[in-house]
Amino acid sequence: MTPRRTTLAAPSTITFLMVLAAFTLAVTVMSEGIGQGVVSTSFVKTLGKTMCLALAAVAMDLVWGYTGILSLGHFAFFGLGGYMIGMWLMYARTELIVLASLSDSTIPATASEITDAVGTQIFGVVGSAEFPMIWAFADNLVLQLLLVVLVPGLLAGVFGWLAFRSRVTGVYLSILTQAMTLALALYLFQNDSGLRGNNGLSGLQNLPGLGHVSQDIVSLWFLWASALALGLGYLFCASLVSGKFGSVIRAIRDNEARIRFLGYSVEGYKLVVFVTTAMICGLAGALYYPQAGIINPAEVAPIASIYLAVWVAIGGRGRLYGAAVGAVFVSLVSTWFTGGQAPDISLGFYTVQWVDWWTILLGLSFVLVTLFAPKGLGGLVDVLNRRSDPK
Amino acid sequence: MKQLLVLAGLAWIWLATPVMAQGTPLQDILQAHQKEVERASRKTIDTVLDALARQAPLGMTEFLEAWAAKDVWMRKEDKMFFYATTEDKKRYSLIDLDSGTVVAEVGKRDVKQLKPNSGVRGVIAGYLVQFQLQDNDISRRLAAVIAIERNPDASHYDPLQASIATETDSNLLERKKRLERLLTVRFATNETARIAAIRGLAGDLGLDARAALNPILATRWRVASEVPQGANLARTVLPDASEWDVDIADRLLVQAGILAPAVTLQDVRRTLEANVIAGRVGGVPVAQLHTQDARRRAYEALVNAGKAPVYRLPLGLWDWSDVEDLQTYALAAVYDEVSPAVTAAAAETLATINRTVGINQALDLGLDALSLASIYFLAAIGLAITFGVMGVINMAHGEFIMMGAYTGYVVQLYIADHTLSLIVAVPTAFAVTFAAGVAMERLVIRWLYDRPLETLLATFGISIALQQLAKNIFGTQARPLTAPGWLDGAWVINDVVSISYIRVAIFALALLFLGLFLYIMRSTRLGLETRAVTQNRRMAASMGINPDRVNMLTFGLGSGIAGIAGVAIGLFAKVTSELGNDYIVQSFMTVVVGGVGNIWGTLAGATMIGVLQKGIEWMTPSNTLAAQTFMIVFIIVFIQFRPRGIIALKGRAAGD
Repeated sequence: MTPRRTTLAAPSTITFLMVLAAFTLAVTVMSEGIGQGVVSTSFVKTLGKTMCLALAAVAMDLVWGYTGILSLGHFAFFGLGGYMIGMWLMYARTELIVLASLSDSTIPATASEITDAVGTQIFGVVGSAEFPMIWAFADNLVLQLLLVVLVPGLLAGVFGWLAFRSRVTGVYLSILTQAMTLALALYLFQNDSGLRGNNGLSGLQNLPGLGHVSQDIVSLWFLWASALALGLGYLFCASLVSGKFGSVIRAIRDNEARIRFLGYSVEGYKLVVFVTTAMICGLAGALYYPQAGIINPAEVAPIASIYLAVWVAIGGRGRLYGAAVGAVFVSLVSTWFTGGQAPDISLGFYTVQWVDWWTILLGLSFVLVTLFAPKGLGGLVDVLNRRSDPK
Repeated sequence: MKQLLVLAGLAWIWLATPVMAQGTPLQDILQAHQKEVERASRKTIDTVLDALARQAPLGMTEFLEAWAAKDVWMRKEDKMFFYATTEDKKRYSLIDLDSGTVVAEVGKRDVKQLKPNSGVRGVIAGYLVQFQLQDNDISRRLAAVIAIERNPDASHYDPLQASIATETDSNLLERKKRLERLLTVRFATNETARIAAIRGLAGDLGLDARAALNPILATRWRVASEVPQGANLARTVLPDASEWDVDIADRLLVQAGILAPAVTLQDVRRTLEANVIAGRVGGVPVAQLHTQDARRRAYEALVNAGKAPVYRLPLGLWDWSDVEDLQTYALAAVYDEVSPAVTAAAAETLATINRTVGINQALDLGLDALSLASIYFLAAIGLAITFGVMGVINMAHGEFIMMGAYTGYVVQLYIADHTLSLIVAVPTAFAVTFAAGVAMERLVIRWLYDRPLETLLATFGISIALQQLAKNIFGTQARPLTAPGWLDGAWVINDVVSISYIRVAIFALALLFLGLFLYIMRSTRLGLETRAVTQNRRMAASMGINPDRVNMLTFGLGSGIAGIAGVAIGLFAKVTSELGNDYIVQSFMTVVVGGVGNIWGTLAGATMIGVLQKGIEWMTPSNTLAAQTFMIVFIIVFIQFRPRGIIALKGRAAGD
């Protein structure tokens, strides 16, 4: 009964990293920024964002596919990461604008005058000018970058500690995480949440101090950063699941009571996985939203987290590359269909417009995948390899 | 010809003699003031009314009412006034003011309609009130009382008092007495009478009672040291009190000459900007002016040079712990009302009123919470069956609610009568969602009974597909599901407590469903079999129960009840494709908080969530989002302490 181990050097990991590197290189070469100009800048951004989603999906796979916790809150952590970096981007950029406009005045501005002007710029839209407490570190990139992982980590830590301690498991935990996500989204929707309520944070695509660099180049920077994060994140998760730790969390998934009786701290393991994946999601969000340019509370809504689970399910749970592939596949196909690029199908009496019908197709495909292909797209690999379970 | 007319005129006077015996005819009085009637204005109307009042002709009130209603006409040739009727707006039959008979037929061009302006109409209406208050017709008396209640005026006081003595209807008498009290409070000059009237309002929940009392307690801010002796002083506030308003204090203290006008930081900046000389302000280089200290130094230099007013910090920036004589800056609130006895009585009465209002508001809040709880219960009861009893997590439950609401809407398209359509819609909605539930159970859920997490995903897929389907069919805008007329309006208990009939109906429906659930689960074959299958599927099967069939029917039942709940919810909420989405998380919370597998738990959960949400909304009135956030956080914490809900199953049935 020796557990099969997936080593770091497993073919799937190496293949994944090589494909990722090759893909990034190819996109760079074809980009508008420094390459041939075959791939438009907006599509480079889409690809960069997709990589961030793939990273979140890999984290989701770790928590769900490997540990068996169906969290419906990981996209909330993703959004929180985005908010944290968004605060710095927005603050720093607004400060530059304010400084530029104040530099024309007869006498130099005082520090508090600058802060007031920045506050009015940012919070005027929600009828306020004061900086809330949570913006205390917004002027400091390093601290705010730390918050990108610390805030989702802390939330996940508190929530997970409470939930795992009282042995909330299975669907109850899912519902509870969904409630947490809903509470967070509702909180962010408030105007006095300190994060501009419904308006969210905007203008994030403009890097402060780098206004002279064209978006063609910036999009590539983010593509590379996203690819690097995805690669490192994948490697990290792969190393986690390949060792003893991986064996324990899979055992928790398969029989929680048994592993507890064997003397393992089930709650501790679960908490570590929950918090770590929340941090990875936060990081992915921090890379995603500067490419998206805007973040608002709707991004954090419970449905986004369910979609994350669906990507993993379609890609194939319990294998990291499956999660990544699922996220890439579904989100790109979604973009294609809902972007109005898919040709409408005329049935004579009725024209199927994909913008309207895509969601229905997607919904039904969850059902089909759950019923008939529990292994998702990853199952295809098994069929091709003629190998049994790679877990 | 002329003689004839005179003769006719004489004959008319003779005929009209019996009328004349009671005074001068109306027409004559009006003709004496012909100009003022024809071109009535606020300035001249009093002369006319005075003349009328002095001579009190018959038919005066009717005439004034008609005049105010623009129903009086003037014949252009002789400038006489008439009432008129017309069939076609071309020919007018003129009716004599005094005799009430038709005296002539004229064309449209021969007459002119009197159109007094709104000011004049107001004066006439006010004057008429005294007559209407004593009218024989009770509906007109009531109308007059309502008119005064809406727009009370000092001039109404005497006529109202006079009318009370003769009032025969006891209800109206009460109303008049109350109105008299309100008018006394507001307009009487006699202090004792006013105080008595104020005390008489104790416990009165009406808004107008508070509206009459509040102006008495209106205060105005003064600098405390400047309040004259004998002023009716409400209270004195020192600068460290929260009520002490910085802006008001700053303005008043400057007016009183106690403080120099404030110089704000912006003022400093502006003054400095205006005095830049060769890159320096008051000897300080401009480049150094990026701190408040440097700016202050430059400003002081300008003050010394006489180029700027003395520097005085705005009061908002003062550090009061350094100020020794706080009394200098104290503000006093002084009542507009001069009599301390009146203000004391008003304050006391208002306090008792507010106490009563508070109790009633709590009652009203309780009713609100109860109705919200019944809505949650209604939304969750179907889930209590599918999730609570069967353990199937159905994310499409909200969409079944939506389906029920849309069924109600579609039925209404075909059956115009709202009562009938509602009667048809309830079973139809049940049938539609029952069928959908059975189909879903057969096609999807059946295969996933041992994989609950996957059920969640699959049913979520169905949920978004159904939502989008509804969007494709019905569009994104809200569809109306109109309640029948007998559900309109509200049950008004008093001026504070009321509840709309729809909410009462939903409460009744929730109770009905509770009974129905208990009956089905305890006293029917299906209930027995459901419980057996839930407890031990294989044992039940070996006893001859077909578990597949039972599961299918139970799931269908839960879904069907969700459909009926949808009809009820659609009556007061907007029917959109996202209707179900708004209830799904709350429904699951209700079931989980209450305790899975127990209908009383669901009831307790719904009550708790309803009461909590209303309670938190009451504490943060402007922010329902915050209320929902706090509620969910509270529930998450609550689950920590009672992971199995309020009412936890014990023993074997509780097994995971």
